Parts: sequence; structure tokens; C-alpha cells
Amino acid sequence: MTTYDSLRHFADTYGLAIMVVIFLALCLWPFRPGGRKHSQAAATSIFKDGNDGE
Amino acid sequence: MESTLGRVGLWFGLLIVAVLAVAAAKDTGFAIHMAIVGAAAFILLWVTAGNYNPLARAQSIFHMPEGPSRYDDDPVRWGVLATMFWGIAGFLAGLFIALQLAFPQLNFEPYFNFGRVRPLHTSAVIFAFGGNALIATSFYVVQRTCRTQLAFPALARFVFWGYQLFIVLAATGYLLGITQSKEYAEPEWYVDLWLTIVWVAYAVVFIGTIVRRHEPHIYVANWFYLAFIVTIAMLHIVNNLAMPVSLLGAKSYSAFSGVQDALTQWWYGHNAVGFFLTAGFLAMMYYFVPKQAERPVYSYRLSIIHFWSLIFLYIWAGPHHLHYTALPDWAQTLGMVFSVMLWMPSWGGMINGLMTLNGAWDKIRTDPIIRMMVMALAFYGMSTFEGPMLSIKFVNSLSHYTDWTIGHVHSGALGWNGMITFAAVYYLVPRLWNRERMYSLRMINWHFWLATIGIVFYASSMWVAGITQGLMWREYGADGYLVNSFVDTVAALHPMYLMRAFGGLLYLGGAGIMVYNMWQTLAGRLREEAPMRDAAYDPQADRPITTAVPAE
Repeated sequence: MTTYDSLRHFADTYGLAIMVVIFLALCLWPFRPGGRKHSQAAATSIFKDGNDGE
Repeated sequence: MESTLGRVGLWFGLLIVAVLAVAAAKDTGFAIHMAIVGAAAFILLWVTAGNYNPLARAQSIFHMPEGPSRYDDDPVRWGVLATMFWGIAGFLAGLFIALQLAFPQLNFEPYFNFGRVRPLHTSAVIFAFGGNALIATSFYVVQRTCRTQLAFPALARFVFWGYQLFIVLAATGYLLGITQSKEYAEPEWYVDLWLTIVWVAYAVVFIGTIVRRHEPHIYVANWFYLAFIVTIAMLHIVNNLAMPVSLLGAKSYSAFSGVQDALTQWWYGHNAVGFFLTAGFLAMMYYFVPKQAERPVYSYRLSIIHFWSLIFLYIWAGPHHLHYTALPDWAQTLGMVFSVMLWMPSWGGMINGLMTLNGAWDKIRTDPIIRMMVMALAFYGMSTFEGPMLSIKFVNSLSHYTDWTIGHVHSGALGWNGMITFAAVYYLVPRLWNRERMYSLRMINWHFWLATIGIVFYASSMWVAGITQGLMWREYGADGYLVNSFVDTVAALHPMYLMRAFGGLLYLGGAGIMVYNMWQTLAGRLREEAPMRDAAYDPQADRPITTAVPAE
């Protein structure tokens, strides 16, 4: 097999599976138990600076 | 003293190198570009030597921050001004080429023909207007959300001025005929190298600021900015791999050839849309929409799904630019499938932005800046629906190479990128220059309507033009020959081209009002005007009843 073939095989088997798993893990991470509180805190963090002048 | 001398020496050395490069240049274009570099070095030499002051050396020239207790906003202010300057230049160039298409007599050979002014327009609006807006807002947002001063202030100033030099070299290059003929990546090898240096400096400033942050969490807007900076660096370097013919000449040849070159170009080209015009501007949306609406983003968790979906999907969508070409069929289908999948996260992001106004919808009536943001999000939704639809091969067989594509790009660029940038600038100007509000809110409203109606003219005329073109091109007669020649389609489209130019004129007019509004705000004036909305009051009716009311 050429390098192209082996890379291609890796890309549409294990590579693809790894990418899908990483993607799903990253998307589901904020939905972990207790994640809501962190998201809430992050969403409101931009309002802490009452005076956003200089 | 020594550092000033050192700096003078550096600029002088650069000036000498530029002069030598002019003398030894292999072509006129390269000589002119080196003359521009030399002129920049000379100005810096002049300013550094002239402003020599042992107490406040560089501070006086480049407004270095005085202490850590203030945000470093000078590069942001310059960026906002540069955004407006290049915006007007880019919109004017756009109107000019729109008129060229309607009236070919306007092609002034050779410097101002359509082929040279068109990349000037696209680069001016995308990289000069959009790029300056992204640099300015990213420097503003990253400081506020990290609650810390910008890291490496000298480097931040280099990023701003270095980027302006890149723009000047790119723009003059197009008019001189210097191009590597890759759409949205026209600048030649030496300008590309310069942009790479500037961009790495930009990444260092941005990441350095995040590292120094005082907030534990990195706010989602910064994720989008970071994705934009990192991905653009990668795309820019790979797509511009090229071998110059001479180190003293402008011409170079791409490292790739044939369909590989085409695929690399559209991997770059589409992700320039995905990460420059989408991720970067979404970063603006995730900061400025909640700030202007004074309520947190509708769903922070949705914004994270939005982020990762764009990152994982966008990078595969490029092949849809090469449907029905020499590109292998499976790659075309792959590009199409990923483009269609992109529709969902895009709409998730749009809904997230719009629903941020949940419970405050009245602000659309009372706050013209919010109105602009909502229109920007509506156009984001519209063009991210239209895009996946056009990427379907069946639809693409009609729409490809027609003006439908142009209409699609402009509903995204004028509607989404333009509107969200205008809104962000309207938000920033009073805060950056310490004013109570913009000079006139009603003028923002005028800008909003002129821009919106301009886009409607633009997009609808291009839909009609594109479908007309596509149908005329593919029409066969009974004898098996094509019915229409190319010039027949051009004649048929003339009225549409006039309508498009009119739409562009309205859009430019709106931006002109914005410049006036900003000018007056910076001059410290406030326009006396009726508020956008007030509860009704009738002094005639505001009286006690004096005559007895008969009982029922």
C-alpha cells in the first residue's frame, strides 16, 4: 500500500471514529451534571464590569 | 536615547533595503511596492527622529498605555477609524464595478478595468473593512472579557500598522496587475510573507492576553476569535505555498498544480468565508448582542455546540465550489453533504442570537442598534440556508457561475458582516471616545433602512439575474444547438445590473450617514432630536372634568 492508501484508510476508519467521538464529547461536555451552573456564570460574566469605559 | 537611536537605525536600514530592492527590481510592480515599503520606513524614521523625547519616547508616537489600570484602547480606536475608512473605499469600489457591468465604457484600461478593480473591491471589504473590524473588536472584547490589559502593547501596534501596510500593498498590487490569480488570495508571495508575520504577531497578542486573564472562564466570543485567528493562519500559509521566480520580482508559481491547486484554493476560499466572515463575526455577535440587549446570551450551552459544529464541519465544505469539475466525484459529494449539515449549527447560532432578545423584543422598536443586530442575524440565517441549498449539486448545476452566487455572497456580506459590524461600531464609538451616546440615534435608523433596502435591491435583482442566466445558458433548441449566445444573456441582465447598482448606492449612502454621525460624535456634538419612542401625551386631554357627568 502506498502512503496515500494507508492514510486514506486511517482517515475513513479510525480517524473518522476518533473525530466523531471528540466532537460528541466536546458538544456534550456543557450538559454534564452541574454544567448548567458554569454555563450560567459564564454567560453573565460579561456584565461584571459595570463601567466598561476605559 | 539608545533605544531611539536603535529604532532610527532599524528604520534607516529598512529604508536602504527598500531602495536597493527598487533599484534591482525585475518588474515595475515590485519596484513600486518596494517604494511603498520604503516610504513607510521613511515616515517612521521621520516620526521617530522628530518626536525624540527622552522622557516619553515611543509613548508619544504610538500612544503606549501608561499603566495597567486602564484598558489599552488606542489600537481599538484606530481600528474603528480604519474600518470606516476602508469600508467606504470598498463600498465605492463595489459600486464602481457594479456600474462597469452595466456600462462597459467605465472600464478605464489598464488600471481601472473590471478585472483589476474587482479584487480591489473584494479585498477592501473583506480584509480591510472586515479585517480591521475583527482586529479592533477582538482587542476590545478580549480585554473586557478577560478583565486585563492587552498583552504586548508594542506588538499590538505593530499588528495594526503592519496590517494597514498589507492592505496598501495588496490594493495597489491589484491595480498594477500583480496577482497570483487565486480568488481572495490574490497578493503575491512577498505580501503573503508580510501578512504571515503580522498574523503571527496578532495571534501572540491575542493568546497572550487570554493567558494573562483575570476571569477564570474564557468567554465564548474569545473561542470564536481564537478559531478565526488560528485557522486563517493555517489556511493562508498552505494556500500561498509558492516559489517566487526571483527574489526581486513579484511573480511566483504555486506549489500545487491542476485540480490539487483548485482544491487547495477552495479549501482556503470557503474557510475564509467560514472562519474570517463567520467565526470572527460570530465572536462579535456573542459579545455585542448580549451587551446591547443587556441580557445574557439565550443559551450558553447552545453557543458551545454552535462553536464545535462550525469547527468540525466547515473545514470540509470547500469542494462545493468545484461541482462538475475535474475534482473526483466523491470529493464533490463530500463537500455538498458537509455544506448541508452546516445548516443546522448555523441556524442554532442564529436562534441563539435572536432569542437573546427574549423578553426584550420591544428594543427592536426603540433601539436602532439592536434593530441592526437583529437584521444581521436574520441575514446570517438567510444566507446560511441559501448556501447549503446552492451547494446541492442539482441546484448548483443551475446556479454555478451565475449572478445567483454573487447575490448569495452579498446577502451574507452586506447583511450579516456589514450590519453586525455597523452595530458593533455604533456600540463602540461612544464608549471609546467617552461620549454619552452617538450624535444621532435617528441617523442610525436612517442607516439601517438605507442598508436594508439596498440589500433587498441587491439580492432580489441577483436572484432574478442568476436564474435567468442559468436557464438561458442551458436552453437547447429543437436542432440540438444552444439557443442563446453569451452576449444575449448579458443584454437580458442589463436592467438587473442597474437595480443592483442602485442597491449598492443605497448601501453606500447609509455608510456615508454613518461616517457623518461618527464624525459629529467624535467632535463631541449631540443632535437635538425627538427620541425614537416615547409614551403618548396629549395636553388637551390632560384636564379634570368640570361639567357634571349625567348619572346613568
